[in-house]
Amino acid sequence: MKKQMGTLALAGILSAGLLAGCGSQQNSSTQTAKDTSTQTSKSGKTIGFVVSTLNNPFFVAMRDGAQAEATKLGVKLLVEDGNNDPSSQLNQIQNLIQQKVDAIILNPASSQALSSAVQMANQAKIPVITLDRSVDSGKVATFIASDNIKAGKMAADQLIQALKGKGSVVELQGVIGTSAERDREKGFDEEIATASGIKVVAKQPADFDRTKALNVMQNILQANPNIKGVFAQNDEMALGSLKAIQAANKKGIAIVGIDGEKEAINNVQNGSMLADIAQQPSQEGALGVDNALKVIEGKSVPSTIASPLQLVVKGTQFSGF
Amino acid sequence: MSIASSRFLTFGNLSNIALQTSINALLAVGMTFVILTSGIDLSVGAILALSGSITAGLITHGTSPFLAAIAGLLVGVVAGLFNGILVGYGRLAAFIVTLGTMTLFRGLTEIYTHGMPIFNLPLSFMKLGTGYFALLPTPVWIMFLVFVIGWVMLNRMTLGRRIYAVGGNEDAAFLAGVPVKKYLVTVYVISGFLAALAGLILTARLGSAEPNAGTGYELDAITAVVLGGTSLFGGEGTLIGTIIGAFILGVISNGLNLLNVNAFYQDAIKGIIILIAIMLDRKKISR
Repeated sequence: MKKQMGTLALAGILSAGLLAGCGSQQNSSTQTAKDTSTQTSKSGKTIGFVVSTLNNPFFVAMRDGAQAEATKLGVKLLVEDGNNDPSSQLNQIQNLIQQKVDAIILNPASSQALSSAVQMANQAKIPVITLDRSVDSGKVATFIASDNIKAGKMAADQLIQALKGKGSVVELQGVIGTSAERDREKGFDEEIATASGIKVVAKQPADFDRTKALNVMQNILQANPNIKGVFAQNDEMALGSLKAIQAANKKGIAIVGIDGEKEAINNVQNGSMLADIAQQPSQEGALGVDNALKVIEGKSVPSTIASPLQLVVKGTQFSGF
Repeated sequence: MSIASSRFLTFGNLSNIALQTSINALLAVGMTFVILTSGIDLSVGAILALSGSITAGLITHGTSPFLAAIAGLLVGVVAGLFNGILVGYGRLAAFIVTLGTMTLFRGLTEIYTHGMPIFNLPLSFMKLGTGYFALLPTPVWIMFLVFVIGWVMLNRMTLGRRIYAVGGNEDAAFLAGVPVKKYLVTVYVISGFLAALAGLILTARLGSAEPNAGTGYELDAITAVVLGGTSLFGGEGTLIGTIIGAFILGVISNGLNLLNVNAFYQDAIKGIIILIAIMLDRKKISR
């Protein structure tokens, strides 16, 4: 018994030491990277930022934008990567509540599963701001996101113009059932229906994934050799379909994507893609920090804030993320 | 399917299916070796991403595509060696070891890439994924070559006999003088190497290395192996079965796209077809 206790204690000490080691290492690295942010917390406020995943350039750009804004405003930002797992996000929020942060910015991996986490923060009287996706219940100070229905409409308009109102098009769907997929589809389908000469001949899921889009598009091209346009619900899929079209040696197929990834923007600039409806995740992240600080300071903020969309066609000045 | 869509049986489409199957087939061939020893390798998707990223990274930093590709393959070998040593010499369960290394290798990929895709790869490298040789895409030839070499290893060499022996009954194999640990390491190295090769081909096909490439591919590979009639308990199974299994999966995805099946139904249909295929397979064996 005594021995067991000893082992346990030793394990406890060891893991505490390890954790402390990790913590200090992280601090020192952020300190060297962003000297000003940690030394002088002008406002003295701490904001927790729980992001759904950092395994995706979009959310990395969002994190970077938020971090830059926090540095500018002198706010301490604690970033947690949820690895697309709602339950780890739940734990991270609980930890932030324990640390008594002044506000939480949440980019939820699941709208349903994170509702309870938001309610916990509500009980602890810590304001929550949601970014990009919101939660189903619980009180949120403001929800900041791009208007995905509008993005879908903008994409449809580009194809209608380029095809002069007639021809067959393909729609590549993202992960079925996600709000981005539903809204982009809704906007696109409604708008494309206004051009009676344009037919959506294939609508297939490729899960927002480049490799899947490459294979799916290759298959679709077999069944529909005469398509004139592609609407991909994100840039990863637009780039995958571009590769399929290039491999099939097809010319003159107009591709429109959504997101604003650098690689897609490059392809718009060199004419391989028709257009991109760019979101601006770094601005979205910055807006999150801005508004979190406003809420902390007791200023009023609107219940929803639209993060800007930008239409990028050949020649548009836009750097992408 | 050929009735439903006249495009299915065209040469172009069949060559497409072969091309789309090649990545999974490479992983599944490696997986067959591992499963024959009654092990499992859950880290293949992560190894694919890691070696693809490192190769692409080296190329964009000025290394010649050839040397970068060698380095990428070495990454796969080292990753497999790591798995193999833990399973063979560490006497740890393969499921747990590769579950851990799956996360570890994925983490290393994210650290290396900062979560961003690496693109702007030269045409000379992209040929590996997009090139053609005698009417068929290069990856299809590579798949064919790997299959032949794998078949020879399993059916015409001592190595193969011993792998079956280890999977059939590890203790008996040990008592009969088979260096069990050495063979356990070997199968994970083969699996790691083929995962790396698949990673290079995928990167070359896409013209970019994606940090989240290959997510879930381990399950596709295992499905192909099981569809092909290999026993998850080891000792029993064939490579030709695995290749057929991989092709069944490829044909299902292709067919669902050609028929423009609604997204909501695709996964359900896929699952049912796989279950039916496995049942037919088992019936044949028991007869």
